[in-house]
Amino acid sequence: MTRPLPRWAELALLPLLNLVLAMAVSALVVLAAGQSPTAALHALAIGSFGSWDAIGFTLFYATNMAFAGLAVAIAFKAGLFNIGVEGQAAMAGLGIALVCLGLDASLPALLLLPLAILGSAAFGAAWGYVPGWLQARRGSHVVITTIMFNFIAASLMVYLLVNVLIQPGQMAPETRRFATGLAALSSFGFPGRSPANVTLILALLAAFVVWVLVWRTPWGYGLRVVGSNPEAARYAGIDEGRRIIVVMAISGALAAGIAVNEILGVHQKLILNFTGGAGFTGIAVALMGRNHPVGVLLAALLFGALAQGGSELAFEMPDLPRDMVVVVQGLIILFTGALGALLRAPLARVMARG
Amino acid sequence: MGHQVADIPDVTSAQGAGGAPPAIECRGITKRFGHVLANDAVDLVVRRGSIHGVIGENGAGKSTLMAILHGFYPMDAGEIRVDGRPVTIRDSADAIRLGIEMVHQHFMLVEPFRVIENIMLGAEGGMLLAGGEAAARASLARLGRDYGLVVDPDARIGDLPVGARQRVEILKALHRGAEILILDEPTGVLTPQEADDLFRVLRALRDEGKAVILITHKLREVMAVTDRVSVMRGGKMVAHRETAKTSAAELGELMIGRRPAAAARPAPATPGPELLSVQDLRVRDGAGVERVRGVSLALHAGEILGIAGVAGNGQTELLEALSGMRRAESGTIRLRGEVLPPCDAAAMRGRGVAHVPEDRLRHGLVADFPAQDTAILGYHGDPMWRRVLGLISNRAVEAHAAGLMATHDVRPAAPRLRSSLFSGGNQQKLIMGRELERAPDVLLVGQPTRGVDIGGIEAIHRRLRAWRDAGKAVLMVSVELDEILALSDRILVMFDGRIVGELPAGADERQLGLLMAGAHA
Repeated sequence: MTRPLPRWAELALLPLLNLVLAMAVSALVVLAAGQSPTAALHALAIGSFGSWDAIGFTLFYATNMAFAGLAVAIAFKAGLFNIGVEGQAAMAGLGIALVCLGLDASLPALLLLPLAILGSAAFGAAWGYVPGWLQARRGSHVVITTIMFNFIAASLMVYLLVNVLIQPGQMAPETRRFATGLAALSSFGFPGRSPANVTLILALLAAFVVWVLVWRTPWGYGLRVVGSNPEAARYAGIDEGRRIIVVMAISGALAAGIAVNEILGVHQKLILNFTGGAGFTGIAVALMGRNHPVGVLLAALLFGALAQGGSELAFEMPDLPRDMVVVVQGLIILFTGALGALLRAPLARVMARG
Repeated sequence: MGHQVADIPDVTSAQGAGGAPPAIECRGITKRFGHVLANDAVDLVVRRGSIHGVIGENGAGKSTLMAILHGFYPMDAGEIRVDGRPVTIRDSADAIRLGIEMVHQHFMLVEPFRVIENIMLGAEGGMLLAGGEAAARASLARLGRDYGLVVDPDARIGDLPVGARQRVEILKALHRGAEILILDEPTGVLTPQEADDLFRVLRALRDEGKAVILITHKLREVMAVTDRVSVMRGGKMVAHRETAKTSAAELGELMIGRRPAAAARPAPATPGPELLSVQDLRVRDGAGVERVRGVSLALHAGEILGIAGVAGNGQTELLEALSGMRRAESGTIRLRGEVLPPCDAAAMRGRGVAHVPEDRLRHGLVADFPAQDTAILGYHGDPMWRRVLGLISNRAVEAHAAGLMATHDVRPAAPRLRSSLFSGGNQQKLIMGRELERAPDVLLVGQPTRGVDIGGIEAIHRRLRAWRDAGKAVLMVSVELDEILALSDRILVMFDGRIVGELPAGADERQLGLLMAGAHA
């Protein structure tokens, strides 16, 4: 019979302790690799926050993580584990490409960009809607279908970029560059030469909208009832199936933020594998952020810093294998996500005594 | 309370009597939950070759005592002896090793598994299942012979009726070598015939020299099957009796601590116009089994209509269909004379039909939500707590819950406390308050006082009577005879999905019992 922790301890202290624990174990790993943990931590910190460039890159990666984390978190509020953010983001990229390739000659940037963003959201939402519909109306488990939809999306992208959308006369499986006046999106006056762009603002906005939607609307109330006690939803007259379908579509639309950040923000052409696994990291981000928008944003910042600091670390300490950064990321996911409850019981005991 | 003292030597004499030490002997068992003393220096002596009833009202401490015997909770003080030896029971593995087995009210069976696989659970016998299975089959055959406990070993649990599932639970316990068998409210879900079968098995076990502890609050059962009986009240053991030397009346008095109020019925109802009526309703449950098989009834303003029946005779599905939780297969429902189209629960609420569900943990509340959020379940779209841009204001929700808690005496009056941390009675008062708040014309209520302590029961009964007196219609489903008799202005008895009889208020208990047992045929 463990008593529940006070809210602040549950939301702040516990994740912090988990992080410290993960860092401590990581230090041991670095030590075992014959390197200095303090030097590694220093390189990591400088690499992620040491300059405007570094901060810009950190925020750029964090934007991907934030959208992915929000997408996972909102589905989780309805008790759904959306593993398909990766595929939804990929399809969202296709949405951007179709809008831009089709209309970039005829529309000014100020019209084209919002249209491209809407197109990506629509494609992402559609790729979430179908598994949601299958779950709600046919009982196909959403975990299975979203995994399958990742594969389908990946294959479809390869096919389209190799056979259909490829720029004629080129070898690389990518579309031509979009002819958009992209200065608007690629930077908002952020100092340095980083890819950080307006999508960051969109991520903050999305987090706020998710918070309002889930915690301040009757729809979100129903969503949380469905996630916590589906039988109570039936009692209350909340249509569980419809909630599942709609929230999966919203989740897919949030995943589209990754595509906007990468494709519209940086590459300005559709390429293969631009998601880079961000969709999967989003699961860890949501777990660490306790499926709350504020937590997700903080966790996204941490994972963005790890992604950026990690590449710097590999550069600064060439003797430390690149995989070590992945190990550190893995440890953080392990301690904050999977073992998130590890310290709860001892912490509750200490706090009860104190 | 004078008789308590006189009982104590009765217990001690059991210890020294007749050579063999008792199968189980508890001395001064004390268990505290927070500020609640669930067991206060409880003594209990159960001999081999006897069926020992432990009775008491909900919340009297029976279940806590049994949980301690089965290693669910550690006790704060006290001593347990098994066959005269002092023992420590740290967990259920310890209890099983000592031969103490428990058949829970809610069965602990793996539904997709076969009977034989369930029997083996916890006694698989090594790396390969074959050996354990052979042993289980042999012992199943032997137990079937010895005690008349016959179950097809290859049937799937999910396909078996409730009575057979209970037999599997008992067989499982015996297969693991039970010497002391505890049954927690075993007849709550059984038909009268199944209960008779159970009692026959229990008698056979007793004759084999096992000790059987029967936890119940049904006096009829205690009188019918036990040899000795111990009465608990408010966490204390208040009396021990030889069943042959006591009466249901005396036990009832001991249980409640006073004479039951003799027909303290308030003024008779003055029924008004018909509000809700049902014609030839048929409802299937989630598994597709037809549970309501052609029910017609009418509910009037200003009356409490009691639906009596043994659990599982279609009352649950009837209530679900009326409240909009479940689509009826066929039949018509009229509200204020008007035929209703198929409605979901939200639409029914909108039409002034409120519903206090039978199973409050499953349906009535969301355990993880703070109480203030549970207090708007089903009404979460109401403009009352919506402010800027139609968004839900947490402050308004909290203020609403605080008001509800004050009016309905929900304790603690803490809107932010998690719903699951309230006691059963207070959860029920919260749900009741939520449903009554919009003054619905029709109140559907299932098992209004299940798992509610005595004080709470009286408050809830008062509330339902007041509702009726205010000219509203109440349809109450309850498996508690006493509750049906105490509250109903009219009683309909359900058996096997049909209404098998109607009785007026203050009906004869025996007649009601016969109808519930399906004796109309």
